[in-house]
Amino acid sequence: MRYTQLTDNDLKTILNTIGVRSIDDLFAVIPADQRLKGKLGLPAGLSEMELLAELDRLAAANQACDRQVCFLGAGAYDHYIPTAVDALAGQSSFVTAYTPYQAEASQGSLQAFYEFQTFICQLTGMDVANASLYEGATATAEAVIMARNINRRDKVVVSAGINPDYLRVLRTYFSCLSLELVTCPLRGGLTDMEALSGLADDRTSSVVVQSPNFFGCVEELQKAADLAHRAGGLSIGVFDPIACAILKPPGALGADIAVGEGQPLGIPMSLGGPYLGLLAARQQHLRKMPGRMIGMTSDAAGKPAYTLTLQTREQHIRREKATSNVCTNQGLVALRATVYMALMGRSGLTKVASLCLEKAHYAARQIASLDGYSLRFGAPFFREFVVRTDRDVDSVLEHCRTRSILAGVPLGQWFDDMKDCFLVAVTEKRSKEQIDALADALSRAAR
Amino acid sequence: MTDALKDMDEFRIGSYAPEPLIFEQSGEGKAGVYVPDSDVPPVAPTEAIPAALLRRKEDALPFPEVGEFEVVRHFTRLGSRLFGVDANFYPLGSCTMKYNPKINELAAAMPGFAGLHPYQPVEQTQGILELLYHLRVFLAEIAGLAEVTLQPAAGAHGEMTGLMLIDAYHRSRGEDRPDVLAPSTAHGTNPASCAMCGRGLVTISVRDDGLLDLDHLRANVNERTSALMLTNPNTAGLFDPQMKQIADVLHSKGAQLYMDGANMNAMLGIARPGQFGVDVMHYNTHKTFSTPHGGGGPGSGPVAVAEHLRPFLPVPQVVCLEDGTYAWSDERPKTIGKVRSFYGQIGVLVRAYTYIRGLGPDGLRDLSEKAVLAANYLAARLAKHYHLPYKGPFAHEFILVPQFSEQGVTELDVAKRLLDYGFHPPTMSWPIMHCLMIEPTESESLATLDFFAEAMIRIAGEAAETPHLLHQAPHTTPVRRVDVVNADRKPNHRWRPEGESA
Repeated sequence: MRYTQLTDNDLKTILNTIGVRSIDDLFAVIPADQRLKGKLGLPAGLSEMELLAELDRLAAANQACDRQVCFLGAGAYDHYIPTAVDALAGQSSFVTAYTPYQAEASQGSLQAFYEFQTFICQLTGMDVANASLYEGATATAEAVIMARNINRRDKVVVSAGINPDYLRVLRTYFSCLSLELVTCPLRGGLTDMEALSGLADDRTSSVVVQSPNFFGCVEELQKAADLAHRAGGLSIGVFDPIACAILKPPGALGADIAVGEGQPLGIPMSLGGPYLGLLAARQQHLRKMPGRMIGMTSDAAGKPAYTLTLQTREQHIRREKATSNVCTNQGLVALRATVYMALMGRSGLTKVASLCLEKAHYAARQIASLDGYSLRFGAPFFREFVVRTDRDVDSVLEHCRTRSILAGVPLGQWFDDMKDCFLVAVTEKRSKEQIDALADALSRAAR
Repeated sequence: MTDALKDMDEFRIGSYAPEPLIFEQSGEGKAGVYVPDSDVPPVAPTEAIPAALLRRKEDALPFPEVGEFEVVRHFTRLGSRLFGVDANFYPLGSCTMKYNPKINELAAAMPGFAGLHPYQPVEQTQGILELLYHLRVFLAEIAGLAEVTLQPAAGAHGEMTGLMLIDAYHRSRGEDRPDVLAPSTAHGTNPASCAMCGRGLVTISVRDDGLLDLDHLRANVNERTSALMLTNPNTAGLFDPQMKQIADVLHSKGAQLYMDGANMNAMLGIARPGQFGVDVMHYNTHKTFSTPHGGGGPGSGPVAVAEHLRPFLPVPQVVCLEDGTYAWSDERPKTIGKVRSFYGQIGVLVRAYTYIRGLGPDGLRDLSEKAVLAANYLAARLAKHYHLPYKGPFAHEFILVPQFSEQGVTELDVAKRLLDYGFHPPTMSWPIMHCLMIEPTESESLATLDFFAEAMIRIAGEAAETPHLLHQAPHTTPVRRVDVVNADRKPNHRWRPEGESA
């Protein structure tokens, strides 16, 4: 059969060695009434040739972004992925290795993850990073729980500028924990610091602010951190890894824990996953961090070597007292991000970030100059901005789609007061020509 | 090591020489990617963003600058310093290190799947939604349960989701049940997931024969009990024939049975958790459905539930509408909400679909049969040379205990010596002290199984006669035995340039 190599002759040898007459004898321990009679109700198996045809049919029934012009963002971005990323992360040893519990057999992945941790520290300006979590929303939840474990306070203040999907995940996570979640309103697209000042009190464990926030606006993270610290709590900054190339990173703006979504670092959009949860912190919180951490040490001969460290924080040793339940992380995705960051380097990633900023600002100017369109907020932005229109948002977006342009993400699905708004993201991949075509399509959309 | 080799080692060449960190290969002006120039009117960052929020020259991004070919060579060399299933037999118990078919990777990378933005309208994503819809139906069928959510990101995340579903169910009935039960031999994620859900843990004993102590369970199930988390086949590699009684004990007190599906590879098409009275279970697609492990992830942890728990499943759920089209549905008033952003580990789920669709019901059953045969074969071959604390027949894995304490040889020494024979060691020291847990999977040929058995038997001989060989193992890996204690004592989790202090 498929994917197995035991012949009928081998099976005879095996049964003889075990000392049973048939395969069924090995399953006899399962009571007969609990064994499946007949077959699973699944479609019959396919040869590889047939399977490929079926996959081709399903893939072709989608309209991928590479055949259109994508201005969608809201937590997933269409950045360029250098070809070497796929080639290197696709090496079979990386793809088919397990978690590096056996250090001597895993130096390759361990060193790559050590480099990943260093890159994330450099990006965020933090002292230590872990070797990845699932994705941005769950990483944010882990950061809040980590803060709770550090200061044993039971309230978290989350800026309303956070990705609404993240907020939803936080609410799910905390529904079973005695953690009170309070949102802090926005003013002009930015966290209302006056309101935050009132909300951050002596019960507050952490203050969570995303910058650039969900609406693209660059927040004054330092002010939020100061308010968190004044209340004796911790500051959690939710960052964007591309923005960090030119914006001051959370580590330089008072954050105690920095978390983010690593998808922009060479990870395909893939309808929302698998992505990459990033988490970094100040050195003094090292032992409260969730997830795997790779450290450098030496081998018996004194040569440099890498290994999993501080495993007494983790579930397989510490069980219910672990810092988190996370086991499997996003190893191969973290490897992709490591290769991406290595290829981009200082100048490459800085240039990508500058291009995003320039093109987003060009697009914003072009759109704002159109009749019936304006920018919803005046706050500084990086790669993404909110457009308000007096036309019907759904019809506008649909009109753009007829021209193969994915113009933006409608915001009414999350915010009742933004039914006339959509979110536009512009990456380095968008050309002036494409941005002009977007403006043209918007101007021609029916009123 | 010979002198000649030592010399090469000091010269930092040859396959065993350390690979410098990427940061140590940096040279100003080198570039791995040439990013195009801007085609729009220039905007200086200072025009757009207040200076206080921008990096200045002195805190510019401190990334290294390395050429493309150097990056390629670096990561290719790292790839060669790593055991993977493709090159090495990996009998890692509880982890199901099976062959990962190449078509899985090809499928996930197809632009028609990988190039989809999560907020494209569903009219543009009908193909992937059809795939996901069928996958969730397949997984419900394999489990013998009512409905599946594909959202959880990994097994532990599935456990947490499952416990939340159970909690929501109890609360919907006006009950507060703060305790979760788990056997002493449970995966560490089980108790840790309880803690993530704010539940207390009650540990249930395991009998000397490796099975759950039903009497102890009976004595501990009460109106405080939310659920029992149990792996089946269990972590000792045994099918627990008491599953139905266990479920009855729980249900009679209003508690739920959660099955950790880590070991589903032993029973695809042979038995279904729904028939055991299981209320909730998670899959580990990176184990059972070969999606693969990737050096520690990404995984995926779909959760299957019985009828009464359906109302609480996460949203959005992929659905098939009456007109035959597919959509995301948020209509589930009692939902626990979302457990991650967007919809799930889609690229991983594409691989799982590809695997199940390729094998079909016959192929799935065949692989479980062969996984069980391979485990029992190795157990039979090694029984004379190692202590087997439990009696077979085993499911897809088994435990043995090296007993060479006279020679001071531990399970760690045996494991490290296996590396010299080119095998990845089995899982160590869990779920009982000093054990090795061996899971060969269905993928291996009889020749490989025999070679492994021979290696284990030789190592038993070495342990008795030349124990220093084991104490000092491994001898043939890129590094010798790694000093883990020192790594914890003097934490070094990142590179820093010379002269920069922590």
